[in-house]
Amino acid sequence: MIAVSRKPGRGNSTRRQTRKWSWLFMGPVVAAFAIGFVWPFVQGIYLSFCKFRLIRDAKFIGFGNYLTALRDQTFRAAFWYTAGFAVVSLVLINVLAFAVAYALTQGIRGSNLYRTVFFMPNLIGGIVLGYIWSMIFDGILHKYGTSIVENSTWGFWGLVILVCWQQIGYMMIIYIAGLQAVPEDMLEAAKIDGANRWQTLFRVTIPNVMPSITICTFLALTNGFKLFDQNLALTGGMPIIVQPDGASVKTTEMLALNIYSTFYNSKSTYPGVAQAKAVLFFLLVAGLGLAQLSYTRKREVQQ
Amino acid sequence: MKKFLAIVLAMVMVMALAACGGQTQPSGGETPSTPSSGGSTTPAAPAASGKTGSVYWLNFKPESDEALQQIAALYKEKKGVDVKVVTAASGTYSQTLTAEMDKSNPPTIYVVGNANSVKDWSDYAVDLTGTPIANELNTDAYNLYDENGKLVSIGYCFECYGIIVNPDLIQKAGHSMDELKNFDGLKKVAEDIHANAATLGFDAFSSCDMDPSSSWRFTGHMVNLVYYYQERDGGSKWTECPPTLTNDYVENYKNLYDLCINNSLTDPTALATGGHDAEAEFKSGKAAFFVNGSWEYSAVSETVPNATMIPYYCGVSGEEKAGLNCGTENCWAINSMASAEDQQATMDFLVWLVTDPEASRIAVDTFGAMPYKNAQESTNKFLAAADQYAANGCYVMDWATNYQPAVDDYRAALVSALNAYNADQSAANWETVRTAMIDGWAAQYKAQNG
Repeated sequence: MIAVSRKPGRGNSTRRQTRKWSWLFMGPVVAAFAIGFVWPFVQGIYLSFCKFRLIRDAKFIGFGNYLTALRDQTFRAAFWYTAGFAVVSLVLINVLAFAVAYALTQGIRGSNLYRTVFFMPNLIGGIVLGYIWSMIFDGILHKYGTSIVENSTWGFWGLVILVCWQQIGYMMIIYIAGLQAVPEDMLEAAKIDGANRWQTLFRVTIPNVMPSITICTFLALTNGFKLFDQNLALTGGMPIIVQPDGASVKTTEMLALNIYSTFYNSKSTYPGVAQAKAVLFFLLVAGLGLAQLSYTRKREVQQ
Repeated sequence: MKKFLAIVLAMVMVMALAACGGQTQPSGGETPSTPSSGGSTTPAAPAASGKTGSVYWLNFKPESDEALQQIAALYKEKKGVDVKVVTAASGTYSQTLTAEMDKSNPPTIYVVGNANSVKDWSDYAVDLTGTPIANELNTDAYNLYDENGKLVSIGYCFECYGIIVNPDLIQKAGHSMDELKNFDGLKKVAEDIHANAATLGFDAFSSCDMDPSSSWRFTGHMVNLVYYYQERDGGSKWTECPPTLTNDYVENYKNLYDLCINNSLTDPTALATGGHDAEAEFKSGKAAFFVNGSWEYSAVSETVPNATMIPYYCGVSGEEKAGLNCGTENCWAINSMASAEDQQATMDFLVWLVTDPEASRIAVDTFGAMPYKNAQESTNKFLAAADQYAANGCYVMDWATNYQPAVDDYRAALVSALNAYNADQSAANWETVRTAMIDGWAAQYKAQNG
């Protein structure tokens, strides 16, 4: 405190007075963050090096869990499946959300109603959505003699349709906010300069909504990787390929679900392996998210 | 703008705090869920002194929660000891148990019901050999031991499964129960009913859904016939999971399974995601057969008081002498991490539960039947049928299915294979079912023990 107050030119006496109380205002949030996030996170990393059934009896075993996790065929299959899904859903969600947002900022009658309706699916929980959509898909697929849990292609696209339906409305709201912030005078200048609609869209509007694109692609990418509830409720990993030697691979299992089912596999070392998978998963999602952020940030224009 | 931001941030902070408070409360709150109604004047003193232990039962069966709360209240009233009963949501017992066991006040009674969970939890269970509650048992048929011979858990109820039949409908269709003595008889009756379903107004089998709420009837229960007959051929009861299975009885499973799905209210191609209520179909008289177990008795007997149960007739020679599948997955283990007082209190509670006439009446009516010398008689007619078969010299099919390795993954693969077979009953698709059932067992065993 004293050191701060002695520094010349740094605030006045009232600021110094309030600074003394900063811990009162920061403390609860810091504590909540530490209890709810930092501590479990650190403990989780420690547990990924342990063999345990109960956390209190964790035994340190080194990198064994990571080796098992990386050698696990189902984990690798889940990774590629998840990556494919994340890319497809990222593109579809953002293109469609932007299109809807663009359409709804053109002054159509009832825009507000449409915005509300498009946003609403986002308010329904993932498990419920999964079950509802599995009924919808099966209602249709049954006519063609198949089911969402019998055909991995349908399983994939079914999940894509589900998350698009759920997330487009949310991303749309962000894009609408971005589109409304595009300066009118720029658009007018483009018009006067003779730019057509497409030129205006790609040369003026999109560069100006780059901040929205950054946040939306980040959300869509991380959501795609972290998807769990919808995956569990819609297909639960079905169909499963049973190999001639009896080993089975779930064809629509994403990373989060793979980690979950590993944890509750009854082999005693598996909770630790699941924990190792979760740490790898964190590194992957965090790395991809940061890379994507820095890539799109470079394309943002400063107004 | 700044003011608005400040308000928003303040609200976020308050909400974060509220969320924190909300989460810490239930885990810290040690109040029993049932208030002692009026009986608090009796021996309340020892409970307050902290010397007497308390009981925390992590219950496995959602359908018996209400009765257990009643029993807990009764115990508090009579003995003044707190009994907390918490019930895990359906299908999430191992998740709930894992989380609860790590807390500072873990359950004192929990359920260890099969070979897999003996492996998982044996380190945290008291050896029950020679304890007062073990001495109350009238059979050791439902005891579970670990590989060192420690008695990890003991059955608190036993059950049976097979095919539930509505005899009135069998008669209505012009047949008699006496025809149902082997697979050929069952097949004749079921196919006849199915062929005439339109005129009769009911069908043979209720729906055989493959969604998680129903698939266990086929991937957990019916498949037991494949394991049981193999176990019988081996000459002795399994005491641990066998590394491999033979194909000997897969065809028998196919016999019965085909009969069920092809003579049913619901077309086999519509079973994958379920949505049919097999119990309701049977209760409303739309189906004469229902593949399920003794726990259905109280529900089924409401509208089908004559309902009875027959064995899995599947074309095995000598099956006229088959009985029902009897066993249990409901076994108590006492937590070895609990304090000595709590373990003692738990032991006292369990002994009281299986000896006290009033308490054991409630328990027996809820669970079906309890294998204890001084517990009340069962009123469950399906269990009575099981006893009748045994009394007639029929062999009891024990629950070899409890040895399924990596049970969730094993069954999921089997369900997936059956889905493909239901959509197209080809030989190739059946081969996948066989692979999942037999080679899948070996593969899971290897993954678990390798």
